[in-house]
Amino acid sequence: MSPDSLRNVWTIAKRELTGYFNSPVAYVFIVIFLLLNGFFTFMLGGFFERGEATLNSFFTWHPWLYLFLVPAAGMRLWAEERRVGTLELLLTMPIAPWEAIVGKFVACWAFLALALALTFPVVFTVGFLGSPDFGTILAGYVGSLLLAGAYLAVTVMTSALTRNQVISFILSVVICFFLILCGWEPVTNLLVRWAPDWFVNTVAAFSVMPHFAGFQRGVVDLRDLVFFASVMVFSLFSTSVILRGLRGA
Amino acid sequence: MITVENLVKEFGPKKAVNNVTFSVQRGEILGFLGPNGAGKSTTMRMITGFFPPTSGRVAVGGHDLSEDPIAAKKLIGYLPESAPCYSDMTVAGFLGFAAEMRGLRGSARDAAIEKAVGLCFLRDVLHQSVDTLSKGYRHRTCFAQSILHDPEVLVLDEPTDGLDPNQKHEVRQLIKRMGEKKAIIFSTHILEEVEAVCSRAIIIDRGTVVANGTPAELKTRSEVAGSVSLRVQGVAVDVVRSKLGGLMVAGRVYANATGPSVTARIFPRDKGVNGELAKAVAELTAKEAWHFDELHTEEGRLDEVFRAITLPDTVKAKDA
Repeated sequence: MSPDSLRNVWTIAKRELTGYFNSPVAYVFIVIFLLLNGFFTFMLGGFFERGEATLNSFFTWHPWLYLFLVPAAGMRLWAEERRVGTLELLLTMPIAPWEAIVGKFVACWAFLALALALTFPVVFTVGFLGSPDFGTILAGYVGSLLLAGAYLAVTVMTSALTRNQVISFILSVVICFFLILCGWEPVTNLLVRWAPDWFVNTVAAFSVMPHFAGFQRGVVDLRDLVFFASVMVFSLFSTSVILRGLRGA
Repeated sequence: MITVENLVKEFGPKKAVNNVTFSVQRGEILGFLGPNGAGKSTTMRMITGFFPPTSGRVAVGGHDLSEDPIAAKKLIGYLPESAPCYSDMTVAGFLGFAAEMRGLRGSARDAAIEKAVGLCFLRDVLHQSVDTLSKGYRHRTCFAQSILHDPEVLVLDEPTDGLDPNQKHEVRQLIKRMGEKKAIIFSTHILEEVEAVCSRAIIIDRGTVVANGTPAELKTRSEVAGSVSLRVQGVAVDVVRSKLGGLMVAGRVYANATGPSVTARIFPRDKGVNGELAKAVAELTAKEAWHFDELHTEEGRLDEVFRAITLPDTVKAKDA
């Protein structure tokens, strides 16, 4: 990657981030994210009742929380460019299309990382009440961030498919929902009855849940890292194909 | 600077642009004319690298758009048709972003923005959000973006659309000044604009180039080009008609009485614009001692040429 490319990615990411904070979107998103996190962790997750010095009741909910919040944060990335027509401006600048795709992705991911970082009081709480394993907590945060990145990459792709943000949101939720459910036992049991084993295993392997679960136990497995990285790379690559198709290549 | 060869763009079964070839040199301002949907914007989008052509070739400054798009795009400033801007930014923020995308940093960036803001009269709205701008200001903001990096090639899709008459005038003057050192293509529906600004014009219809020449050359294609108009006082229509018809160089003659005066249009026997017919008519009026208010040779009208070339054949038949 040349320094020019890096600079282009940075310029685009910077513009995208400024865009978030110039509108109320960023603040509304962060507040809702933190409120929901608190609600799930302490009310539904039974943080205190568990009597454990872990953040399991916090991380458990993230796949479900992100299912709606990540598509909401990323749905405008390309859909808005297409609707307003700035796509034409952006793609006639002297940059490679992948630089724009990565720049937008990185900006939104950094924004999600910021929202996630603002959940730090929950770490203090558990540290104050007991003596947790901070390595496990760190691994949990890494897993959560990767999960958000994988969902976001899917959203970037669906966002390029349409000029309508609502459609982009719904498509993204459906795909991410599939990524949660496809490894879930009731679903795999349904498949086992009629589909061959290799098919069931392939479908189940797409699930984010087992890969995310490893991080919660404090295990950072290379296979899990590769899984999340490949979801991101595949989705972003698909985005570039979609964008090329749009221009009638 | 710009070379377009056998350019074709298909959208499904529809050929939006069909075998278009032309070139623009430095110091030339090319006016791009044509009815709506003729393929003007599609051609411009291929020149700027937004659309890849189905077949054919575009090169800007010697760089092929499909082989070395980034080097070519560096030379181009582009104002798309709808003048899109990022609405969640201020004018200054938007221009800063565009400058950085063009590789301008630090003081070079600030100087470029300063210059473009001055040329496009944006100083009053510099710190206003693009969202809140009127159409004219938004248009000029996008225009400013296209000239930031002082590009060698400018592609402007309807640059005066949505501007008030004063702003239109300013933008035309600006294009004309910049055209001395750059290669400029701009599309427009306003035919006076072509006459006022362009050194050459191309008319495109249903995807193909149907005329290519200087505005003066195109005008001579007009029906009325070379004819002479005459308005005289106190003479009977029949007399005027027969006397004019008797001239050696005159072809068809039309004369009508309008109030106390008679208006006549005399077509030359051999088509072409020259002074001969007017001279003969002037001598005739002197000989007959007619009192004339008006006597001039028509240069031809661009709008008439435009209509004649681009109207569908069915409509032409109905008009005739």
